[in-house]
Amino acid sequence: MLTILLDGVAYGMLLFVLASGLSVTLGLMNFINLAHGAFAMVGGYVTALLMNRAGAPFLLTLPAAFLIPAILGVALERTLYRRLYGASPLDQVLFTIGLVLMAMPIAAYLIGDEPQQVHLPAWLSGRIEVHGVGIGVYRLFIILVCGIIAAALQTFLVKTRFGAQLRAAVDDARVAQGLGINVDRIFAVAFAVGSGLAGLGGALAADVVGGIDPSFPVKFLVTFLIVVTVGGSNGIMGALFGSLLLGVLDVAGKYYVPSIGAFIIYAVMVVTLIVRPQGLFARGDGR
Amino acid sequence: MSAANPSATTRRLAAHLNRRARWRWPEILFWLAILAVIFAAPSRAAIINEVLIAGLFALSLDLILGLAGIVSLGHAAFFGLGAYAAAILASKGIADPTLGLVLGAAVAAVAGLATAPLLLRGADLTRLMVTLGVSLMLGELANRNGWLTGGADGLNFSIAPVLGLFPIGFTGQRNAALYSFAVLFILFTIARRLAQSPFGLALAAIRENRLRAGALGIDTSRRIIAIYVVAAAYAGAAGALLAQTTQIVSLDLFDFHRSADVMLMLIIGGAGYLYGGLIGASAFIVLRDVISAATPEYWEFWIGLALVILVLAGRERIGEAPRRLIAFFAPRAARRGVA
Repeated sequence: MLTILLDGVAYGMLLFVLASGLSVTLGLMNFINLAHGAFAMVGGYVTALLMNRAGAPFLLTLPAAFLIPAILGVALERTLYRRLYGASPLDQVLFTIGLVLMAMPIAAYLIGDEPQQVHLPAWLSGRIEVHGVGIGVYRLFIILVCGIIAAALQTFLVKTRFGAQLRAAVDDARVAQGLGINVDRIFAVAFAVGSGLAGLGGALAADVVGGIDPSFPVKFLVTFLIVVTVGGSNGIMGALFGSLLLGVLDVAGKYYVPSIGAFIIYAVMVVTLIVRPQGLFARGDGR
Repeated sequence: MSAANPSATTRRLAAHLNRRARWRWPEILFWLAILAVIFAAPSRAAIINEVLIAGLFALSLDLILGLAGIVSLGHAAFFGLGAYAAAILASKGIADPTLGLVLGAAVAAVAGLATAPLLLRGADLTRLMVTLGVSLMLGELANRNGWLTGGADGLNFSIAPVLGLFPIGFTGQRNAALYSFAVLFILFTIARRLAQSPFGLALAAIRENRLRAGALGIDTSRRIIAIYVVAAAYAGAAGALLAQTTQIVSLDLFDFHRSADVMLMLIIGGAGYLYGGLIGASAFIVLRDVISAATPEYWEFWIGLALVILVLAGRERIGEAPRRLIAFFAPRAARRGVA
């Protein structure tokens, strides 16, 4: 029972890191970025390839898994995404689907179709017993790392000057610009952080989902969207609670009532949208 | 003048609608050309059939996206429902295709009616999510209820000849294409009529500005629900056609990529004038065939590239191209609006 709960929390935390970048672009910047999973895939590949081909230790690959997608994100944001900030949702959807369709064959061409495994170091695998409850060490590690990331993000957005500027730029880009905030730069940085987090999430998730392969962006796209939808699109805390809720429900559901499987999270999403279209944990008014 | 004399206004409106409803020769030519292609290339009947069915599916999306401006990422839900309804009926021994077609459309329409209220709330993003969620839920349902749907194995079944006369299937590919053509043509005619009716005008008003349309006294919610149900029925019919002519159904009918593909087809052809779906479907499938013959593994890349360029270059402008082409050949018809 407790094991399932912990597994659920770990899964939820993982979802959070994967989706938190999306809640920045989609939630804060109102950009429907269906290509988010592609950045996660890049991060996963960076870790897997660095470990398998260069023999780098797992922990050292994680910063790279953050940085490379972040740089890629900025490059794409500066060249392509920014043209579509004001575009209709339909255009954004089409554009980012196009990016996903391009990313998958590129990955298959460069790296191959077979999943790239991430082999965890010995000190992260195995289980420990606490009061008779078996806990996977890697699960604990995920909860720890993702918890730190969540706290850091929240502080970053709420306490720092940059966070305030970002929120201002999102609420009204023109006024923010008039106040001397460099909106372009803010958006670029936010996008980079979002892409980097996706990459980090992809690297951490690689072991849990059984390796990274070219279909990763589509396989998890829907899950990301559900997290953001359920969590509400206004901020990190909503995304955190949303992912935890979904993680626990999904793991528990698959364990106790396997016959309905993935049905639960879809149902949660649709019910959420009916009851509270702005998301469960959104500010009262939403946007 | 017209305000003082409402009957004159009504008459002018009726004349306007009638003028728009008239069939123009490029349209007649378009349909004759399809028919000619079916007869001229019997060896290609399978892919023609696929194009016709995809065209019907794209037409159904055009009804909600093009006419009413409602975005959907889960239109495959109705396609899959229609296909499974027809397939299950046939696998239970009732192999008459017409019956299956009607059942497929009816089941999809009921599902459309049940889910339409979800579309009335929230913004475009909410709609995208809800429609996507519904189609994924249905796919999961089909996956988990293997006793009815065959689960991951899908269903195999056989189909009686259309109207008891024309056998379809692997031995009758041309008949299958003709069957799809007939269904597509009939449904298209109805859709065309719908688009040019006062109902269609009301939908256009809703698309342009829902708030104002409501202020003009249009019951926007009911109009949206109505067109959504019609579109669902169309998608269901397309699904049923696919199931009957290929005589197999599988879970990938509900896949996300189906919904995405049909949207691409519609966007390639241009939304809002009904022919866009048909043109886009043929362009998409022919393109896919040509590219995947050259690079079987990486054809998606080129489709993706085409999409990105399409959006960056301005979807509206490129979507206008077929219409401009028509204008080039038939300037008079185009000025009055072909559809």
